[in-house]
Amino acid sequence: MTLLVTVFAAVISTVIWYKNAPDDEMKLSVLCWMFWGSSIMWTVDAVFEYVEIGAEFFRPSFEDMLNDTYLGISVIALALVIWIVVLLIKDPKGAVKKTLLNNEKNKK
Amino acid sequence: MACFIVPAVEAIVTTVASKAIENKKTETSYAAEVVNEQVKIPFSRKLRWLTNLLLGGSVLLMFEHLWHGEIVPWFPFLTATSNPQDTVEMLHEMATAGVTMALLTTAIWGVMLLVAHIVETKANSAENSEDNA
Repeated sequence: MTLLVTVFAAVISTVIWYKNAPDDEMKLSVLCWMFWGSSIMWTVDAVFEYVEIGAEFFRPSFEDMLNDTYLGISVIALALVIWIVVLLIKDPKGAVKKTLLNNEKNKK
Repeated sequence: MACFIVPAVEAIVTTVASKAIENKKTETSYAAEVVNEQVKIPFSRKLRWLTNLLLGGSVLLMFEHLWHGEIVPWFPFLTATSNPQDTVEMLHEMATAGVTMALLTTAIWGVMLLVAHIVETKANSAENSEDNA
């Protein structure tokens, strides 16, 4: 379930990135890299689990599914927080800088 | 248990390598690329794609391991190191799943390089044919 949630997140973020490409003013590529990277790694995890437990892999218990979904959503939340931090630090539009400088000017 | 460590280490290696290539490039080969006037994506940039994939994946996987209690924010960080049997299992997982993760990510990056090469070749041949016309 975590893999599925992440793959959906990867596809959605890539579609939004592609819509604005080659401009990457919102740094959406950061989200794409994170989601695709983790999707690849969780695919390997899934294959190893499938080899170990066989068809049972496709019949998870309700509790496991719920926990994995909760984990998937938490992973997306973490990725979004990382993305926002990167966006504000890199500040490609210079909005943070302008806001800070304007506030300083208004104080004077 | 700690499979994400393998791609994370590879990410560190590729980061150092791309920085080294970037530094070297500013000193020497950048001018040559401009003179040739050929569309060519610098290798350091291509290497950064791999770094981004590895690093992004490792960070989210690290969170998953934290979620499952396999890593903790205090020493020795990896709960599997508390007893030898778990340590052996962890090392086995790193050697199998971890290495496979790193290899698959690198293989996918290889495909990306191939696609980038085809795009570069097409762009250069289109430019050449325009020049000849």
